[in-house]
Amino acid sequence: MKETSLRAILPDHELVRMYEQMVLCREFEESCAEQYTKGHITGFLHLYSGQEAVAVGSTHALHKDDFILSAYREHAQAIVRGAEPRRVMAELFGKATGICKGKGGSMHLFDPELAFMGGYAIVGGQFPIAVGLAFASKFRKEGRIAACFFGDGAVNQGTFHESLNWARLWELPVLFVCENNAYGIGTSVERSSALADIHKRTCGYDIPSVRVDGMDVMAVHAAVKWGAEWVREQSRPYLIEALTYRFRGHSMADPGKYRAAAEVELWKSRDPLPAFAIRLIEEGIVTQAELGAIKQEAIAVVQQAVTFAEESPWPEDGAVWEDVYV
Amino acid sequence: MSEITYRDALNLALKEEMRRDPSVVVWGEDVALYEGSFKVSRGLLAEFGGERVLDTPISENTIVGVAVGAAMGGVRPVAELMTVNFALLAMDQIIDHMTKIRYMFGGQVNLPMVIRAPGGGGSQLAAQHSQSLETFFMHAPGMHVAYPATPADAKGLLKTAIRDNNPVMFLEHELLYNSKGEVPDDPEFLVPFGKCDVKREGKDVTIVAYARMTVLALQAADELAKENIACEVVDLRTLAPLDAETFVVSVKKTGRAVVVEECWRTCGLGAEIATRIYDGCFDLLRAPVRRVSGLDVPMPYSRKLEKLCIPQVADIVAAVKETLAAKY
Repeated sequence: MKETSLRAILPDHELVRMYEQMVLCREFEESCAEQYTKGHITGFLHLYSGQEAVAVGSTHALHKDDFILSAYREHAQAIVRGAEPRRVMAELFGKATGICKGKGGSMHLFDPELAFMGGYAIVGGQFPIAVGLAFASKFRKEGRIAACFFGDGAVNQGTFHESLNWARLWELPVLFVCENNAYGIGTSVERSSALADIHKRTCGYDIPSVRVDGMDVMAVHAAVKWGAEWVREQSRPYLIEALTYRFRGHSMADPGKYRAAAEVELWKSRDPLPAFAIRLIEEGIVTQAELGAIKQEAIAVVQQAVTFAEESPWPEDGAVWEDVYV
Repeated sequence: MSEITYRDALNLALKEEMRRDPSVVVWGEDVALYEGSFKVSRGLLAEFGGERVLDTPISENTIVGVAVGAAMGGVRPVAELMTVNFALLAMDQIIDHMTKIRYMFGGQVNLPMVIRAPGGGGSQLAAQHSQSLETFFMHAPGMHVAYPATPADAKGLLKTAIRDNNPVMFLEHELLYNSKGEVPDDPEFLVPFGKCDVKREGKDVTIVAYARMTVLALQAADELAKENIACEVVDLRTLAPLDAETFVVSVKKTGRAVVVEECWRTCGLGAEIATRIYDGCFDLLRAPVRRVSGLDVPMPYSRKLEKLCIPQVADIVAAVKETLAAKY
């Protein structure tokens, strides 16, 4: 990848946009941590810091109407797809202006207008739903694929295997993207999977797969671009394993003591944000001053999101009975 | 009107709705080529083809989950679980996903889907294939639950279920598949959800029942009529929405109630019915509400033992008499 110039892959404005989104996601997540410690965000909070290259690289390689599903660490996935940061923040605050009216919270973001088909908090719950959306697309001849994001922990759920089998059997356009951040809460992949090479686990289902550096946004982009088009053309499933790392604990309740400090530092030295920034500067796509401005803009957007969430009204009591049934 | 079986009434409902709406698809284990374990999907593959009638792997949780995703994507799936017992393998998709998605996503999406599941006991299928799990589904908000007693209700309720924009758990009793009854031929014949049906009028005691228990209640009412005891039999038809108003009105008239449930007694749906009756007309009751329930044991295989576990006509007759004898 390093030999290929970025400009040969994407136009400048999209490359800059990708970097802006990575920075925005990082600032958003770090602000969430602050709001959690202040007690403004409560419940579970799983932050994405460190994994930005996966959401940004993938989303830019998909069609805008392709379905995206994710698990519970999905703020960045939703924002990169186009969800307004202020409405995501309001959701985390439990306010009526939230993306799901304050009923879902951090783990259940959803916006069908963006084909962002949900954050799911039962590990592996989104697999069959992605298969179903792919069925609907094929049945209705829509040409959309379902991109299903999940963690390394999810591959030991029955739904993973049932869904791989099903998607291949029915020849459905599902792109499975494993965000392997090396730990399911505190249990490492090696301690939970008999075969730690997750991408190899599709062999039993006759599904091709690839492993990619999930800290390199352009590597993720290339893999998803190729994979998504293959899925679309063949109407068959494909799996990408992106090796990545979360810089924080599993959730805000987790200090992450099961990881050696040296391991964390090693991964932090591979932080996808500065890595991408250096390439953008090297190729003359942005200047150092512009990088600073991008960060300031992201901080401002996030601050506005917090203000919006703070000032937004709580849901009316009557809302508790709404949306159970049509 | 035609006299057809409960099975054929369900089959007709599927065919009529698939003809009416091209977005209705059917899938499940052995539903296509094999035409269903209970032959409810007979003829569907031949008429509608393999794009709309699909056999699935034995993956119950995914059978439901794929239906959830398909419904989200604009299809109206009718997924069959070979028996309701296997729904326990699918409870994650049923309870954690199907019933919650609309709510937790702030009402932004509907799930127009049906899960059909035959169940109930009485065929000596032993502990793992004889369960009555209706209370499990009724307990969770976010889905409708239908459980017909007659061929006409079977057809009308299934058609309503397929047209419903909410997820529906559609229960069918295995021992009723061969029962016959008059069924309207009109393809627009629908039975509304949330409306009990007073299957028999009477002044002395109200029997509240559902599915096969309604059939037994009607037989009990016939026997009791010989002793000049007039039973009113209220068939719930849908467990959710639960039409408490109709059975409370009945109990207000009779002053006495027997609830018949095939499920286990502890936390069984009869407890909920009794509570609704107490809430609705405690002051008009002339006796405590009596429950005739399945026994709180795993279902035994032996015919002799199995019979003890499932409410029988004689049990209902006895309960009615005890209710009438009660003096308060």
